Amino acid sequence: MKELVILSGKGGTGKTSLTAAFASLAENSVLCDADVDAADLHLLMDPSVLKRSDFMGGGVAIIDSENCTQCGQCIDLCRFDAISQDFEINEIDCEGCGVCVDLCPVQAIDFPTKKCGEWFISDTRYGTMVHARLGIAEENSGKLVTLIRQEALKFAEAHHLERIITDGPPGVGCPVIASVGGASAILVVTEPTVSGVHDMQRLLQLAEYFKIPGMLCINKFDLNRDTTTSLENFAREKDIPVVGKIPFDTRFTTSMVQGKTIIEHSPNGQLRLTIEDIWNRIRQLL
Amino acid sequence: MIISVASGKGGTGKTTIATNLAVSIGSGVQLLDCDVEEPNAHLFLKPDIQHRETVYMPVPEIDKQKCSLCRLCVDICRFKVIAIAGETILTFPELCHSCGGCMAVCPEDAIHEIGRELGILETGVHQSIDFVHGRLRVGEAMSPPLINKVRSMVKPEKINIIDAPPGTSCPVIAAMKATDFVLMVTEPTPFGLHDLKLAVEALKLLNIPCGLVINRSDIGTDDVRQYAQAENLNILMEIPFDRKIAEAYSRGRMIVEELPEWQPKFVALYKQIERVVNQNG
Repeated sequence: MKELVILSGKGGTGKTSLTAAFASLAENSVLCDADVDAADLHLLMDPSVLKRSDFMGGGVAIIDSENCTQCGQCIDLCRFDAISQDFEINEIDCEGCGVCVDLCPVQAIDFPTKKCGEWFISDTRYGTMVHARLGIAEENSGKLVTLIRQEALKFAEAHHLERIITDGPPGVGCPVIASVGGASAILVVTEPTVSGVHDMQRLLQLAEYFKIPGMLCINKFDLNRDTTTSLENFAREKDIPVVGKIPFDTRFTTSMVQGKTIIEHSPNGQLRLTIEDIWNRIRQLL
Repeated sequence: MIISVASGKGGTGKTTIATNLAVSIGSGVQLLDCDVEEPNAHLFLKPDIQHRETVYMPVPEIDKQKCSLCRLCVDICRFKVIAIAGETILTFPELCHSCGGCMAVCPEDAIHEIGRELGILETGVHQSIDFVHGRLRVGEAMSPPLINKVRSMVKPEKINIIDAPPGTSCPVIAAMKATDFVLMVTEPTPFGLHDLKLAVEALKLLNIPCGLVINRSDIGTDDVRQYAQAENLNILMEIPFDRKIAEAYSRGRMIVEELPEWQPKFVALYKQIERVVNQNG
């Protein structure tokens, strides 16, 4: 079982458009959208949900005003300034540590577990997709990413599928770390801009830290050919395979507007061939 | 005043708007890059960095001589930082949220706090603009404490512009909460609109006034404008797609450097924000 995780560091370089394109080309694969706090892959895949499950996060403290003696100990203990002077808990600031709950001298603080989101197993025109929606302004995005990757793996194993294609989140923090653990390889989709290069380097450092092999795809390569050349040189020095280069192309936007993958939108011509080549190289490297 | 620039979807132009707004206002401004996972504003503003410090968060260290293996710390910790295996007590400091619960319950006074490195904080200047950013250590998962550290550098007498991270979860909330105005940057595509809606919903929980900038405004569809109208979101600026802007961006150049006619438009954008903030007074 192989899992390819598609990442970029910087947002907006084309992760999701490419994931969807690979979905149209790949067979025997499960799709997984690990960008749980701003998931977009479903906009192209139009999934029909087969199974819906709640994602339960940690607890959130609630003060029972009937029993509270307003001794103030919880306010002093809370390091997140989540308890106001009139003993109201700000749910957004509450970290869910439960220290106030355990140490309240009159046990006046409840700690109910809260639904933090939902996750789904769905059917799409290119096979099964595991995806999720984190509740607005919720924490625990890393836990939800881990959960849906495990579910995608279970499904792929049970159905003897070859691989999982995972659309990852931007950045290098909690949800990205949860996306890369145990992956077979990451595909970094970058663009030849100062920020694209900067963010790609940090992401590759992360991949090195977790010892996961990386591959590079340069999107919108013609926006700055000099930077594209230096990206290719950088990859060569670091021994990171460049699986391909894609020109800036407004068809990515029009296909998105139509809810189609770029392969469905432009089934013939050079762009399709370029993406097919990229997918074939990735398959070989996996 | 604190203005936060946010978006939901990544790559819509937050950093572009934040940096161009800062240099267009010119003086009395501080730019704080709170996208600590992937800070980019410095690549465009090119500040002289004058001060650098490492930022730590407190995590427990257990004195094994004093520890009686009573398990109280293990039981209070919701983040599974402390475990007892046989006669040995173990800590996993990378999971710690710094709540201090273990220290509060330890009857033997066997726990004290040491620092886990979160990343670095740098401050500098570019002409008359003050600059701050945080850079999360690669391998560190928790960005909100470092974002809070960057936020602690806000100068109340200045116009503080925060470049927020993408998404809608805790790092974004840390960058948007307790600000006077949130400027949402979107692009008129299905992805841009979908993620904008999530970000606007998050913002409603915080009850902060908000306005919209539509970047690459001539691509995609009109749906974002209809959404803005339905939600009573004011569109404060539209920037059409211009390959010249995209190519300048690729080289680390701001719009106002390449196309100076945009400078008064960014000043006008600020004036609109100022008016709303003053009304809310």
